[in-house]
Amino acid sequence: MATREVISTGNELAAMAAVDAGCMFFGGYPLTPSSEVMHVISDLLPKKGGVAIQMEDEIAGICAVIGAAMVGQRALTATSGPGMSLKAEQLGLAQMTEVPLVCVNVMRGGPSTGLPTRVSQGDILQAKNPSHGDYKSITLCAGSLAECYTEVVRAFNLADRFMQPVIVLLDETIGHMHGKADIPTAEDVEAGIVPRKRFDGPAEEYFPYGVGHDEPAVLNPMYEGYRYHFTGLHHDKNGYPTEEIETCRKLIQRLEDKVALHEDEVESYEEFMMDDAEVMIIAYGSVSLAAKESIRHLRKEGIKAGLFRPITIWPSPAVKIKEHTDKIEKVLVVELNIGQYHSEIQRAAARLDIDGLFKVNGRPISPHEIVSKVKEL
Amino acid sequence: MAFNYDKYLRLEKMPTLWCWGCGDGVILKAFVRAIEKIGISQDDVCVVSGIGCSGRFSSYVDFNTVHTTHGRTIAYATGIKLARPDKMVVCVAGDGDALAIGGNHTIHGCRRNIDLTMIIINNFIYGLTNSQTSPTTPKGMWTVSQKAGNIDPTFDTCKLAIAAGASFVARESMLDPKKLEKALIKAMQHKGFSMMEVLSNCHINLGRKNKMVSAMENLEWIDSITAPKKKFDAMTPEEQLNILPTGILKEDLEADEYCDMYAEIQKVHQGERKTITQDDFAKKI
Repeated sequence: MATREVISTGNELAAMAAVDAGCMFFGGYPLTPSSEVMHVISDLLPKKGGVAIQMEDEIAGICAVIGAAMVGQRALTATSGPGMSLKAEQLGLAQMTEVPLVCVNVMRGGPSTGLPTRVSQGDILQAKNPSHGDYKSITLCAGSLAECYTEVVRAFNLADRFMQPVIVLLDETIGHMHGKADIPTAEDVEAGIVPRKRFDGPAEEYFPYGVGHDEPAVLNPMYEGYRYHFTGLHHDKNGYPTEEIETCRKLIQRLEDKVALHEDEVESYEEFMMDDAEVMIIAYGSVSLAAKESIRHLRKEGIKAGLFRPITIWPSPAVKIKEHTDKIEKVLVVELNIGQYHSEIQRAAARLDIDGLFKVNGRPISPHEIVSKVKEL
Repeated sequence: MAFNYDKYLRLEKMPTLWCWGCGDGVILKAFVRAIEKIGISQDDVCVVSGIGCSGRFSSYVDFNTVHTTHGRTIAYATGIKLARPDKMVVCVAGDGDALAIGGNHTIHGCRRNIDLTMIIINNFIYGLTNSQTSPTTPKGMWTVSQKAGNIDPTFDTCKLAIAAGASFVARESMLDPKKLEKALIKAMQHKGFSMMEVLSNCHINLGRKNKMVSAMENLEWIDSITAPKKKFDAMTPEEQLNILPTGILKEDLEADEYCDMYAEIQKVHQGERKTITQDDFAKKI
């Protein structure tokens, strides 16, 4: 794939990626440290005939995005933790109605107003279940400037494939990082767009939610002669509200299975110096950059450390994690929270002796801190 | 010839879950007749509803329909409209939906003057959830959440919409479906944000505990608190107290519509015009 070199920030790259991936609508609200996504996309979208609107609040921002996506457009919203909390109910509606969209969360310190301008990875568990009820979230996490671009592109394609919201986690460090990135050309991104499925038969034979047990809904764009109903209520194949026992059970099971039975299409991770690793560090997002640096130091001192970096955070690459943790005794999870992904690693590894290095004061973790911790193991 | 409603209804969803004598059905029929008279294709209309009895409105009519979360109709409709400015979007919400939990979106929808029609079915109570106080419940009435009597001041939907910048504001009640139908036609044909408040009855969850046990008694009360605008304007301020004027209360054909204005933004970015400045709005400020 052809690449191009750009000098930019993570937030700006996320906005560029959305536009290159065919996004035509942005709805949002100012929220540090994500606001630059809106600042950039509000110039880019109208240029190509799209719309970027700053709504009256975070809730309205995602509502407008879901509305545009119902019409058939690729649509984006961007926010940080407090905004995610406000958007949660609407993310639930998008899960239930199976409307695809991409939601970028540039993580800052929490809970509540927290540390608005400082880094955190405290929204990992929130990303798994932002709204009440059962559904299977897809969450990606950018670990470099280039991935702020490539993961947003991938998120749009996954959203249309699985017909649901896809969350892309950046963190304050990576969102505001400024530097060089090699990213795919806009032409290649456009060529790689897989648009959402549509039904082209007669309208009377169209059942948007009448799909196989592991398939996503087939939602034709609004206003094109296929009149149907969106609702957050349990619904039948037409989208009409129902409380019929089997229909309700099958709907929720399908929301789970459409992702759970196709995790191979979502899974993504990086293995860095893992071939001969005797110490396995697990880190994601900006922390993985420090982890890589620490591994270079450790190797110089004769400690064979390696990094396993999940890029798709949810569903977690649990099978691959277990493959490693079955062989490697010393496992260290490094993250900017108090162990949110650590608990997922324990689950995947079926081990309670997984070590952790956590930081929750809004400051990044340095390579030196990781080196010291590994030596203690 | 009798009007054929079947074309516009999802007959498999009938009967509705609305109570016997509920005004929602009368309003739904007036809406359908208005659509027929406007002559727009069902494929070109989107009906967006929220939560509450009015929330079910969208599932009964055969258009592109969206049953959203509580209070958010206008926010969803704004995305739909901006994505397809050439198509019609109508929101249907209740007084609790539009004025309590969704109050912020109502204000800002009016302010943006985006080309939506907002039908607020005001029955003065949370009906679906059994009689809690709404922002339009008159002071002194019994509600299940204020059994000692409601002390909360009420919103005047239309005054709120006018103050917030809606370019078309009207109020009717379901007592006169013909007048309602005409007002709905005007509201939907108006370019800009149209606020259409429709006063309706809930004798089950408002009336029973407030000495209006039948639909008729509830409607007589609505009749007693309303007056056509012309008659209202002739009243003294004392007489106007607690009376809601009906009819078209505001119609501004000059106000900038939001989708049109956004097209100007697109022109700026596409190099077809200069940046928008305060001078462009000088006359209006």
